[in-house]
Amino acid sequence: MTRTADTLLEEIQGPTPGQMLRKRVFGHQGLLFGVAVLGLLLLVAIFAPLLAPHDPYAQDLLARMQPPVFLGGSWEHPLGTDHLGRDYLSRLIYGARISLLIGGFAALISGLIGTAMGVAAGYFGGRVDMAVTFLINVRLAMPVVLVALAIVAVFGGSLQVVILVLGFLLWDRFAVVMRSSTLQVRSREYVTAAQAIGCSTSRVILSEIMPNIVNNLIVVVTLEMAHAILLEAALSFLGLGVQPPTPSWGLMVSEGKQMMLFEPWLVAIPGITLFVLVLAINLLGDGLRDVTAPENRS
Amino acid sequence: MSEGNASPPVLELRNVSKTYQIKQGMFGERKPLKAVNDVSLSLQRGDVLGLVGESGCGKSTLAKILLGLEAPTSGEVLVDGEPIGAQNRRLLARRIQPIFQDPYSSLNPRKSIRDIISLPLRVHGIGDSASQDKAVREILDVVGLPSRVMNSYPSQMSGGQRQRVAIARALIMKPEVVVCDEPTSALDVSVQSQILNLLGELRREFGLTYLFISHNLAVVEHLATRVAVMYLGRIVEEAPVGALFDEPRHPYTEALLASVLTPEPDLGVPDTHLGATYPNPIEPPTGCHFHPRCARVMERCKGVAPQLTSDGEHSVECHLYGQESGQAVA
Repeated sequence: MTRTADTLLEEIQGPTPGQMLRKRVFGHQGLLFGVAVLGLLLLVAIFAPLLAPHDPYAQDLLARMQPPVFLGGSWEHPLGTDHLGRDYLSRLIYGARISLLIGGFAALISGLIGTAMGVAAGYFGGRVDMAVTFLINVRLAMPVVLVALAIVAVFGGSLQVVILVLGFLLWDRFAVVMRSSTLQVRSREYVTAAQAIGCSTSRVILSEIMPNIVNNLIVVVTLEMAHAILLEAALSFLGLGVQPPTPSWGLMVSEGKQMMLFEPWLVAIPGITLFVLVLAINLLGDGLRDVTAPENRS
Repeated sequence: MSEGNASPPVLELRNVSKTYQIKQGMFGERKPLKAVNDVSLSLQRGDVLGLVGESGCGKSTLAKILLGLEAPTSGEVLVDGEPIGAQNRRLLARRIQPIFQDPYSSLNPRKSIRDIISLPLRVHGIGDSASQDKAVREILDVVGLPSRVMNSYPSQMSGGQRQRVAIARALIMKPEVVVCDEPTSALDVSVQSQILNLLGELRREFGLTYLFISHNLAVVEHLATRVAVMYLGRIVEEAPVGALFDEPRHPYTEALLASVLTPEPDLGVPDTHLGATYPNPIEPPTGCHFHPRCARVMERCKGVAPQLTSDGEHSVECHLYGQESGQAVA
């Protein structure tokens, strides 16, 4: 085939799947906002040592609780200082690392556990389904915060312990959603067709079923990521998550709470960043589901 | 039925049964449900066997057994004279391919048409991606679709186009037998005839053998060369298409043929004497399974199951045509 024939063929075949996907992505404002904010926070977390104006651990007891610049503070500490005189902006920047690490790894661990269990239960049914449903019920009977508190109290609070505890506790929604999605999809005729074509079980699951339930998975991933970040903040607030002096947004809220009535920005600044991060993750999940859903292709 | 032919039938079923164990309630005992009960069929190359019957009579279970998706409880399925139990599941997939009823559910909405049609080639590792692309283009041409649809997704296509894609997927491996499970019942009437004509052309072109499952008798009469009538898991009558439509023997076949609606509204809904109730397949009636609904029921039908009687091409399972022989059913 000559070059001209090739290009002609391309013209006849219309836009490629990649081109159509690009068009959908750039037409979705929520998705763009989510990607922008999350990307920005990721960059901030990665390049924290370059961006932070001060050492987040350095105390300066002579400059305690200086207000942020928009409340009459100085540019020396743009977001002020906390009760030990540590630069608030620097602690916020380093805190992004903790939140994103915990959100990402907890969602990854629980996603792997829950998806494997849910898809197996939905696809194979019968005894596998009974066993998985039993495990889900056992897990749902355990209050997350209480179990997390107990484990952290026994093993001590550290980043690794918090990630593992949340990872092994938050898989229930993955399992429930993936199980019901798989149940729905596995009775479709294209699954039967793939079996009749001679596909192996793993191929049927990975290439026929997974692509059709992955948008549900994305939504759950973002929900659980946000959930894990909030739980970490809650645990740190209660003093059982990441231990001081590590900068964590939940810990910053906790440390600022005694001064809340006099210096409300101590609580408001980390609270707003948490809110924006969780909002961005949820918008990202919604947007990804929207642009990958087959209904929006036509 | 085809003992006279030298070549073995391309597809043969010998006394195939499929029994499901149905559990009623949480602590209920398990009861057998004979979805397919002692079915024997044989198809010569180029045959189109129309399989008709009410919903729930076991047509689709039979199709699943043929496709290797369900193992028969007893009996065997032979392709070219070889039992398929002994064959590799993947080898079977090269020879028997399905076309499903609903083209809205039989195509993976996440895959492009190219991926859907080339899946059999990729699964069986035939050719590289360039030759697979070429094969997809060729088969699209065969089923009457332009090659620009390769990058489309199923949601961008009409029902008729989707069914053409499903046919292309079934044919790309050059199978010998195609199991069509009501391939037109989900389509518009105007599109139905296009798809049926396409199926007919493809049969002539590739020498395909069809097992054509349908409850639309007009479609069966149009396409089939032989017809088998199924009732409660059993084949109650089997004959060449002309003989069955001209002189049906089994009272159930008569009722089915009488049930076809005419375009004349004044004639109303035809009375088939069948009544509305389909018997519970878990507890089928004694004797002839059909006797509670039969217009020509005799005393013997209630206790004794009829046996298959055949005069060459036309076989029927009914006491009206049988000899005195018959076996009692407990």
